[in-house]
Amino acid sequence: MSMASNAERSEALEWFDIAGVDDIIPGTGAPARLGDKQIAVFRDKTNIYAIDNLDPFSDANVLSRGLLADMKGRICVASPVYKQHFCLKTGECLEDATVNVRAYPVTLRDERILVGIAE
Amino acid sequence: MSKQRLLVIGNGMVGQRFLEELVAKTQAYDITVIGEEIRPAYDRVQLSAWFSGTTVEELTLCDENFFHDNGITFLTGTKAVSINRTAKIVKTDTGMELCYDTLVLATGSYPFVPPIPGNDKAHCHVYRTIEDLEAIQASASSSQSGVVVGGGLLGLEAAKALKDSGLVTHVVEFAPQLMAVQLDDIGGALLREKIEALDVRVHTGKATQNIGTGTTARYRLNFEEGDLETDMIVFSAGIRPRDELARSSGLSIGERGGVIIDDHCKTSDDSIYAIGEVALWQGKIYGLVAPGYEMARNLASTLTDEAKTFSGADMSTKLKLLGVEVGSIGDAHARSEGSRICSISDASRGVYKKLVISNDGKKLLGAVLVGDTGDYDSLLQYSLNDIDLPEEPISLISPQSGDKPVLGVDALPATAQICSCNNVSKGDICASIAAGCTTMGAIKTETRASSTCGGCTTLVKQVLDAELKSQGIEVNNDICEHFSYTRQGLYHLVRMHGIRSFEELLERFGSGNGCEICKPAVGSILASCWNDFILDPKHVGLQDTNDNFLANLQKDGSYSVVPRIPGGEIGPEMLAVLADVAIKYDLYTKITGGQRIDLFGARVDQLPAIWKDLTDAGFESGHAYGKSLRTVKSCVGSSWCRFGVQDSVSMAIYVEKRYRGLRSPHKIKMAVSGCTRECAEAQSKDVGVIATEKGWNLYVCGNGGMRPRHAELFASDLDDETLIKYIDRILMFYVRTADRLQRTSVWRDNMEGGLEYLQDVVINDSLGIGEELETEMQGIIDTYECEWKRTINDPAALKRFEPFLNDDTPDGDIVYVRERGQKRPARAEEKQQLKVKEIA
Ligand SMILES: Cc1cc2nc3c(=O)[nH]c(=O)nc-3n(C[C@H](O)[C@H](O)[C@H](O)COP(=O)(O)OP(=O)(O)OC[C@H]3O[C@@H](n4cnc5c(N)ncnc54)[C@H](O)[C@@H]3O)c2cc1C
Repeated sequence: MSMASNAERSEALEWFDIAGVDDIIPGTGAPARLGDKQIAVFRDKTNIYAIDNLDPFSDANVLSRGLLADMKGRICVASPVYKQHFCLKTGECLEDATVNVRAYPVTLRDERILVGIAE
Repeated sequence: MSKQRLLVIGNGMVGQRFLEELVAKTQAYDITVIGEEIRPAYDRVQLSAWFSGTTVEELTLCDENFFHDNGITFLTGTKAVSINRTAKIVKTDTGMELCYDTLVLATGSYPFVPPIPGNDKAHCHVYRTIEDLEAIQASASSSQSGVVVGGGLLGLEAAKALKDSGLVTHVVEFAPQLMAVQLDDIGGALLREKIEALDVRVHTGKATQNIGTGTTARYRLNFEEGDLETDMIVFSAGIRPRDELARSSGLSIGERGGVIIDDHCKTSDDSIYAIGEVALWQGKIYGLVAPGYEMARNLASTLTDEAKTFSGADMSTKLKLLGVEVGSIGDAHARSEGSRICSISDASRGVYKKLVISNDGKKLLGAVLVGDTGDYDSLLQYSLNDIDLPEEPISLISPQSGDKPVLGVDALPATAQICSCNNVSKGDICASIAAGCTTMGAIKTETRASSTCGGCTTLVKQVLDAELKSQGIEVNNDICEHFSYTRQGLYHLVRMHGIRSFEELLERFGSGNGCEICKPAVGSILASCWNDFILDPKHVGLQDTNDNFLANLQKDGSYSVVPRIPGGEIGPEMLAVLADVAIKYDLYTKITGGQRIDLFGARVDQLPAIWKDLTDAGFESGHAYGKSLRTVKSCVGSSWCRFGVQDSVSMAIYVEKRYRGLRSPHKIKMAVSGCTRECAEAQSKDVGVIATEKGWNLYVCGNGGMRPRHAELFASDLDDETLIKYIDRILMFYVRTADRLQRTSVWRDNMEGGLEYLQDVVINDSLGIGEELETEMQGIIDTYECEWKRTINDPAALKRFEPFLNDDTPDGDIVYVRERGQKRPARAEEKQQLKVKEIA
């Protein structure tokens, strides 16, 4: 399993241990707490991703329950409420460029998922 | 100069078509229409559909604004009573006097009632207008038996209506055979045999002398020899032109009636025209709508100074009468000089086909088909387009389809008439395709092809496909970018190759990683085929939001919970359980439209505990979250109701338990009513069952919701076993062939061949898949398990319901306020206020 994170930036980040890799079934997402925030952590065949769990369109903490979607090669989640797509790597909303959620760097250590947040 | 005043008498099918043709060409006329019926023109050809639930609105031929938008004055419920040709004034029964410059008679015809003493009794009817049908229905509801006088095309249609109303049905015909106009004696005899097999009793060669009072039934028909008792009578003994106005004003009338017209539809008065069934052209009255439409078109041209003439019309017909296929083309009786006949008749299959061939053996002049009209379309093209026959004409109708010369649509000339009702040629269709119509719907709207009787639908589709192919246009029905297949295609791949997971299907037949379109579709197909646990790790990533947590997601991210209450029957103890659960978890409760109870406002992490309580008490998942069977609504039925004739509750419970958990292209709703009062509203459901004295009537493909559609009567008076067999087959056929998220109503609307096709597949097993469908359904039934019961006993599945990967405290962002004693999600501004309070 490779990592979606970026090594150079990791210096400036604080890493939080979220869960074991196998706590998430491949092809699904799950919610986690990161300080006072909620994040949605996803696992596909090869990678782990993390974005905000709050869906800006419905204002509900639900993105972790969306379906993973391959949109012409971009890995996204489709919001379970009103079905907008958010890119898991950047947090961009594909349908509305003025809206986006935050995407977080993720790294793996000893089969544990670590999510980074700027100090 | 003021506009020319055009007055049209009669707003039937042809009168209406004429108006449409004319206003599309010119605004030069000031138009007034007088119509005797209380409503604008409706589709008389499809009149019988009224009995199976098609509404008057659906039958209406124009939208309500047509007259207003085109500046036409329309007087409904008004009858013209006289024409003063010198003053050019028409008088109406309401006392109006209307002036005209040009007058059009489109008064159609009336049903001929033989002058038999007693023909005016209360339960004697004719079959032509909506009001006639209403009267027939009213009589039928207080009758056990019915007679149709007249064994022609319309008479047999009327017989079907009586049969469907549950009456013992007889057809009495004066001629020695049925459908004497269209069929020869052999064809007529075969038709009779088939109709009698359906328990409609046929009496040919019978002239009714009088109608008296019966002893076992209301009336008695006395023949020269013998008699027949019946509770009601429908006369369908031919039509007569409504030429009374023309007669009394001195226009030329044919010997046996009908207003004489020339090739421009002009009568003997230069200012008066006649079209439709009232018009007599070269000694002929056409009793069909297509020639009438042709006259309408020609008259519209004539009145706009385009030189077009009426040159007769084809009278070929293809029908299904009481389920028997019948076709008649051209010179069916071989009356042409020197014509020759070749025919085949297969008593075992009940098929008779005859070709009438020109003396030189080169051209097809006519044909008769009974029991199988599969060859009709190509035979009609041979005859209409004068195409040279193959060496051995018999090969055109021989059952060994292998060596049957196929007349591809490519072989047809551009002038070939494809839709005879609306006179649309192959060239017209090709032109519309070139102009961008690439679907059947678009072609229908643009050219009107196949919009009247629908008989040419297959042919139009063939032209469309062939054209698109030759233009190199590919019709893309791919489900999404990851699979170049339709849902139906994917279903077959899964079945045929025994594919058990999305990954496997993607690897072998797809590309990329899948998306929220193909994943749930495949998830549903896998469930329909193999019924695996949908929260199995290999399937869980495929399930749509609701299936994913076996509950219905609400706007605030919480879920609602709906336990199954089969047939809507629930005892007080079980109600108490629901009340306890609702109180314990503080859930908002509401009764649903499907006769069950919805519990709202459960957080994901509460779902397992709630369902533990529910399943412990004996509740099962209601699948309100799934594209699957929802509810089977029922009325209380014969156990309690004074009017009920069958036990609808028991049937509803049985049906609901049988099909619970069946995953399908979209949700499925059903209902069972215990009598014709229909309190369960079964006719608005995908599958509706209505009790009759003798069993059950089955209705299919109805829908409420956004686009309501009346369910259609699929079969009548079924016993329990046959009812279930048919439902099994219909549902499984739907699962096999529908598109993703396509309700049965849309599936049915898009089905080539329509209801009859579906009946053929299910009742006659025309595709030979009946048993297969039943076995597949049995497989689903045998492997059913309650998904919630399974989930709460599966620690791995339960893990996904935990509030967070790294924290057990629930999501605090879900906030409620109280309204009418129950909770509801706080609105954004309410949330804000609550937060402010908390901080303070
Ligand atoms: C049950 C049934 C099934 C049929 N099936 C087929 C089929 O499968 N194929 C086919 O081709 N044809 C079929 N027909 C025949 C088809 O309906 C007719 O050919 C068609 O309706 C003729 O149209 P029309 O406008 O000439 O007459 P109509 O549709 O009868 O219209 C005439 C109108 O004029 C009105 N009118 C008459 N006199 C006056 C007056 N003095 N003042 C004001 N208004 C007046 C009448 O009330 C009527 O509304 C069927 C007919 C019936 C009844």
